[in-house]
Amino acid sequence: MSKTPETWDVAVIGGGNAALCAAMTAAEAGARVIILETAPKPYRGGNSRHTRNFRCMHHGPLGPLVDSYTEEEYLADLMKVTDGKTDVALARLAIRSSEECLPWMQDHGVRFQPSLSGTLSLARTNAFFLGGGKGLVNAYYRTADRLGVHVEYEAAVTHLEMDGDRIGHIDYTQDGQTRRIIPKSVVVASGGFQADTDWLARAWGPAAKNFLIRGTPYNRGIVLADLLDQGVEQVGDPKQCHAVAIDGRAPKYDGGIVTRLDCVPFSIVVNKNAERFYDEGEDVWPKRYAIWGRLVAAQPDQVGYVIIDAKSLELFMPSVFLPIKADTLEGLAGQMGLPPDRLRATVDDFNAACGDTSGFHPTELDGVSTTGITPPKTNWARPITEPPFYGYSLRTGVTFTYLGLKVDENAQCSVGNQPITNLWAAGETMAGSILGQGYLAGFGMTIGTVFGRIAGKEAAAHAN
Amino acid sequence: MQTDFLNEARRQAEICNACRYCEGYCSVFPALHAERAFSDGDLTQLANLCHNCRGCYYACQYTAPHEFDLNLPQALANVRQDSWEEFAFPQSAARAFQKNGVMIALATVVGFALLFWAARALASAGGEGFYAVLSHNAMVAIFLPAFLFPLASIAVSLRRYWRAIDAGRPTLADVVAGFRAAATMRNLDGGHGDGCNFEDEDRFSNARRMVHQAVMYGFLLCFASTSVATLMHYFFAMPAPYSLFSLPKILGISGGLLLVIGCVEMIRLKLRSDPALGAVHAWGGEVGSIGLLGFVGLSGLLLYALGQTAMMPAILVLHLGAVLAFFLLTPFTKMAHGFYRLTALVADATRKRGDAA
Ligand SMILES: Cc1cc2nc3c(=O)[nH]c(=O)nc-3n(C[C@H](O)[C@H](O)[C@H](O)COP(=O)(O)OP(=O)(O)OC[C@H]3O[C@@H](n4cnc5c(N)ncnc54)[C@H](O)[C@@H]3O)c2cc1C
Ligand code: SF4
Ligand code: SF4
Repeated sequence: MSKTPETWDVAVIGGGNAALCAAMTAAEAGARVIILETAPKPYRGGNSRHTRNFRCMHHGPLGPLVDSYTEEEYLADLMKVTDGKTDVALARLAIRSSEECLPWMQDHGVRFQPSLSGTLSLARTNAFFLGGGKGLVNAYYRTADRLGVHVEYEAAVTHLEMDGDRIGHIDYTQDGQTRRIIPKSVVVASGGFQADTDWLARAWGPAAKNFLIRGTPYNRGIVLADLLDQGVEQVGDPKQCHAVAIDGRAPKYDGGIVTRLDCVPFSIVVNKNAERFYDEGEDVWPKRYAIWGRLVAAQPDQVGYVIIDAKSLELFMPSVFLPIKADTLEGLAGQMGLPPDRLRATVDDFNAACGDTSGFHPTELDGVSTTGITPPKTNWARPITEPPFYGYSLRTGVTFTYLGLKVDENAQCSVGNQPITNLWAAGETMAGSILGQGYLAGFGMTIGTVFGRIAGKEAAAHAN
Repeated sequence: MQTDFLNEARRQAEICNACRYCEGYCSVFPALHAERAFSDGDLTQLANLCHNCRGCYYACQYTAPHEFDLNLPQALANVRQDSWEEFAFPQSAARAFQKNGVMIALATVVGFALLFWAARALASAGGEGFYAVLSHNAMVAIFLPAFLFPLASIAVSLRRYWRAIDAGRPTLADVVAGFRAAATMRNLDGGHGDGCNFEDEDRFSNARRMVHQAVMYGFLLCFASTSVATLMHYFFAMPAPYSLFSLPKILGISGGLLLVIGCVEMIRLKLRSDPALGAVHAWGGEVGSIGLLGFVGLSGLLLYALGQTAMMPAILVLHLGAVLAFFLLTPFTKMAHGFYRLTALVADATRKRGDAA
């Protein structure tokens, strides 16, 4: 560390949606802004590069959104998924501000598209980004550049030095060297810690080593841990993470959206001993995919196997990997490493428990259920009889963690009851301040956009 | 067709079909998402629908270094390029010229030489103006077959194409829809109207769309000019030369200017774009055919400007030589893409109507 450290009005840590919203807002308020992004340029944008939409309140049609979606309905949806574990004041702030976010996003280069084929149910509530999250991130980097925001890639922040009630300096490593900057204001937007599987394993137990990480490998919680160690107020259960069941062949990191598997409701799911363990037809998949993340995590080796037959193959969105295929169940078992006789017995039991399937309806809770087996299958229960048979493996895919920095309505962090005068947080790293558990599709980007903008405004005001 | 290109496009299409984030950019994705498995014909059609706007490359979270290694614009460009060689009639001509700018230049020189020879051998003492250099009958004798042969060749190709993609029967409305999409280059507007990604990574601009329209409409205006002149010659006994404010000249000059500016700008944009997002091996052939087209326009304009001077015969010969090469090469170079693109757009309208029914 030879040079005298540079000074900046606002330093933003992270390079995803929340960071960019904060940086653009601060730059528009006249601040000199630097972004420190640990990823190299091709991987910039964290988990935000994997997203597809954000959830937006609106009175009447707005951009790509149809009808209206009121504050009360939005909040009710949120309360339902979090089982009431929601900070209502902050949630209302996010919801109310979401409406003005949409035109703001358009002004900053984001383009929207009608809800994607296969996701019609979200056309009213969620605005889809054209080109997905990477398209959004690219547009924001362009706009930020035009606003004079300086971006450093491969700049891994390691330490924020607390100096009384403020942050004194930031240390980061780049090109194998340690560098220091002195910012007047700091915005932390560096996501959760899910990519650090050691940390996950400490919270979850050793099973977490077998989890796949759906998004960026760069959100390792380094800044989060550094701040928590220095007594910055924390929020959220370290054991809580948002996890879903995804294709077991997905890459360890960054598999993103294409690894999702929507076929569970039309299948039976067995563990490695070829035993069923849960009602596959409990509810429609968008309401169950998170539960299955946990169910699979509880099975031996944290893996499940989905079995369907020919008649169900076209009932769900195609996924990135082709299913394993065989003309007999025994053949399928062989290819998937399951005990063939046990699989045969499980399927026979299941088939015998199926009843009248004439009411089968793939997109509604049809009540076509089994009788006399445990666990039952309470909807879409049709015997697995028609070759060829198809199989997928299922693993737990972690989306993000909940443990984070506690913030107030100004996105400001604190120690004890005292605000830290120049530290704000936005996005996933503070989402636990709002959501205690559960998750509502599209709310992550709403939190990042709303609190990113608040943090950017406050940080710039402080620096001025 | 080359199975490695098809297999790579299939691999990538399957990933896109599970993702769908790019649905709004162009016509390719809605067509892609309508399938579950991709036959060679499906991929060929998707490839010819793709305008190489590159929106789906820069927005893709799975491009290299990611292990999924998405580069859909390149994968489709390879299939597209290969399909033009596959369906060409005769195929060997396409294999010789599609990817090869040097061969295009050589063919053009042969065109010049042929016209020089014709001018020497077939000049008519009695003719005036251009026809003093080459008699009208000689021009017709050379250019009528040179015009009809490519049309016949392309007709064969498009028939092969339509069979390969297994499209249904188009209605008049489908044909109109296809022409409209081509006339406006709707697929280069990015779905949001900001244009495409070409010359400056992920920045959207309408530059390529405008330049493409300049070339296309410039060419059509020049073609209209020649057609009008032909009609005037035969039906109104009004042979060339024409005055500056005659219809053929107004069409020809405006078309020529658009064509030259369009071709120059197109090559400039191409030089700034990333070749790895297209059919890498065909780069020379593409630039060669744009260069040839631009030269046709330029020599035509020069002919207007210097038609009364002593340089006229030389320029006329160069112009006609280039026109000859251009016509004869059209089925076997990038120029064929317009016909395939139009056909693909009609086929897409046919598919959409079928799916909706
Ligand atoms: C596959 C997938 C799909 C999703 N889809 C949606 C969706 O459609 N809608 C939705 O609302 N939410 C979605 N989410 C959740 C959403 O991604 C997050 O809520 C949101 O992106 C969080 O934004 P962020 O800016 O806080 O974090 P991120 O976008 O993850 O950004 C964190 C940034 O910090 C950087 N960073 C980390 N550590 C350091 C360090 N030490 N120094 C410097 N920089 C650092 C990272 O490189 C990254 O750029 C999805 C998540 C996944 C994984
Ligand atoms: S190009 Fe990439 S982002 Fe676009 S649909 Fe395909 S996989 Fe998805
Ligand atoms: S390059 Fe453009 S036209 Fe081609 S598939 Fe991608 S988005 Fe569509």
